[in-house]
Amino acid sequence: MPWPTSPRALKALLADPMGAMGLVLVSLFVIMALAAPILAPYDPLALNVRAKLQGLSWAHWLGTDQLGRDTLSRLIFGARTALSISVTATGIAGAIGLLLGLIAGYGPRWLDAVLVLVLDSVNALPMMMLALAIITVIGPGTFTLILVVVLVSIPSYARLIRAQTLSLRRAEFILAERAIGASTPRILLRHLLPNVLGPLVIVLSMDIPVVIMLEAGLSYLNLGVKPPMPSWGNVLYDGYTSIRTSPTLVIAAGAPLVLATLGFTFLGEGLRDALDPRLASTRPR
Amino acid sequence: MSLLDVQDLAVSLPLSLGLSGAFKPKTARRLEIFSDISFAVAAGETLGLVGESGSGKTTLARALLGLTPTQAGRITFDGRLRATQADFAQMRRTSAMMFQDAVASLSPRMTVGALLAEPLIIHGQAPRDLAAKVADMLHLVGLTADFAARYPHELSGGQARRVGVARALALNPKLVIADEPTAGLDVSVQGEILNLMRDLKTRLGLSYLIISHNLAMIRHVSDRIAVMYLGRLVEIGPTRAVFAQPLHPYAQSLIAAEPLPDPRKRRADLAISGEIPSLLHRPKGCVFQSRCPQAQALCRSDAPVLRALGPNRLVRCHFADPARLQED
Repeated sequence: MPWPTSPRALKALLADPMGAMGLVLVSLFVIMALAAPILAPYDPLALNVRAKLQGLSWAHWLGTDQLGRDTLSRLIFGARTALSISVTATGIAGAIGLLLGLIAGYGPRWLDAVLVLVLDSVNALPMMMLALAIITVIGPGTFTLILVVVLVSIPSYARLIRAQTLSLRRAEFILAERAIGASTPRILLRHLLPNVLGPLVIVLSMDIPVVIMLEAGLSYLNLGVKPPMPSWGNVLYDGYTSIRTSPTLVIAAGAPLVLATLGFTFLGEGLRDALDPRLASTRPR
Repeated sequence: MSLLDVQDLAVSLPLSLGLSGAFKPKTARRLEIFSDISFAVAAGETLGLVGESGSGKTTLARALLGLTPTQAGRITFDGRLRATQADFAQMRRTSAMMFQDAVASLSPRMTVGALLAEPLIIHGQAPRDLAAKVADMLHLVGLTADFAARYPHELSGGQARRVGVARALALNPKLVIADEPTAGLDVSVQGEILNLMRDLKTRLGLSYLIISHNLAMIRHVSDRIAVMYLGRLVEIGPTRAVFAQPLHPYAQSLIAAEPLPDPRKRRADLAISGEIPSLLHRPKGCVFQSRCPQAQALCRSDAPVLRALGPNRLVRCHFADPARLQED
C-alpha cells in the first residue's frame, strides 16, 4: 500500500524545510521521552533540600526547584508524560472518530442522522466545563485526562471523516468498486480509508500539541497529572511559585512546550503536502 | 435467447431529504427517472443507447448492474432473473461496466497494477503469478507492463480509458456496459479506443451496451440502437434502418440535427426547439409532446406504447407510420 510509510512520501516530507524541521523536533521529543531514564542525569523525584532553587550550573544544567529536584531530569521525564498522554488520547479519539465517521458517512441515512445528533450534542458542551465536571466526578489523574481528551475530540474527528466519506461515497471510483463486486468492508477499508486518512493524520498531528497544552494547563492547575509525577505543567507551576527567586524554572519548563507544539504543527503541515500524491507530483523540486 | 433481457424497468428516487425523509422513506414523494424500459441485448451484439443528457441513460446503466435500486421491472441476464443483491453480485462476475469519467473511476490511492488485480482477487480468480497476469492485461489493451506501477492521476485520459477497458475485461465478462466510452478524449484517441473495443469484442466474443449522446460514434459501433428520451425508450431498431429512416419524431430530429458535410442537406423542418423538460415537470401524455413538431391532441392526453413497426423496429409514437415515411 502506497501510504505514509512509502519512501516517496518521506522524501517529499524531508524536501520541505518546514516538514523536515517538524520531523526533527518531533523525533528529538520522542527520543527524549523514550530514553528518559538514560538521558536524565538525576532521578526526577529525588529530593535534595540543600540544593533547592539553584540557578544554572554544571551539576544541574537547568537548576533545581524548591524541593531541590533536578529541573532537566523532570523536564525529560515530563516529555514522557506529555507524549504518552497526548498520543494515547489522540490515538484513541482518532480511531473511534474514524470508525464513527466512516459509519455515518457510508452507512444508512438514519444511522447518520442519529450519529450526527449525538456528536453535535457532545460538541455543544463547553470543553473546559466538561473537563472540570469529569475531574470532579472521578478525580484528577492521567486516566481522567485521557478520558476528557477522547470525549472532547471524538466529535471533530468523526465529523471530519464523515464529511470526507460523504463527498467520496458517490465518487465514480466507489461505484466502480461496487460494480466489480467489492464488498462493503473492502470499499470502506481499502478505498475510503486511505483517502480520508490523510486529513485525519494532519489534524491528529496538529492536535497533539493542543493536548500537551491541555495536560500542562490542567497539571498547572493541579487538576491533571498528580504532583510528584513530573509533567511540564507541574514544573511550570513549581517555577511560577518561585518565579521571583529563580526565574530559570519557568523559562526552562516553557521552552519544551513551545518547541514540541511547533514541531508537531510543522510536521502536520508537512504531512499534508507529502501525503497527497497529486500535490507531490506538482510540487516544484 | 438474448444475453440481457430487460422488462418494464423503472427507477425513481425519493424527493424528500433531511431528517423526516430519513426516517420515513416509504411515504416520501418520488421522482421518476425512467420507467417502462424494455429491451434486450443478444449475445455478441452491440446495442447503442442514445439520448440527451438527463434522459436517464447513466441511471439505467447503473440499475442494470444492481448499483441503483429499481422500483419495477425484471432484469434477466444469462438466463437467470436478477432481483436480489446476491443475484447481482453473481452477475458482476460475468458483466462489467466502463464508467463515464475514466480517471475518476479508478481508486486514486491504488496503483494501476493493484486496480487490475483487484477484480481477480475479489472473485478468487487470482493466478499464482499475479504480476504476469496484470502485465498480460495491460498488453491486451495496448499498454506496457510498467504502467502497473503508476497511479491513476499519472495517466492521460486515453491511458486511463485503456486501464478501464482492461479492468472491465479482467473476469472475461460476457457483457460490457460502456457509459460514454469516448467522453473527454481527443478524436484520434476516441477512434483508438473504439477500435480497441471492437477488436476485443471479436477476439473475446463480448456483447456491448454502449451509452452515449454521440450519434456518430453510436452509428459507427452499434448493431442496433435504442433512443431514449426523458426516461422512455422511444425507438429501437437496427442501426442502419433507424438512421436511414427514423420513425419516431424525436429520433428523426436527432438524426436530422447530426452535422452533415453538406450544409444544404440539413433539414430545418424537423429541428426541435427548447430544452429537455425537467423530470419534475414530466409532460402529460407522450413525453415528447411538448417539443414534438407533429404533436396533436391525442399526444397530450394519452401516452403511446412501444409498438412494433416493420422488421425489428419498435416505436413509441401514435402517428409513426413507415408507409407514409416511405413516400418522403
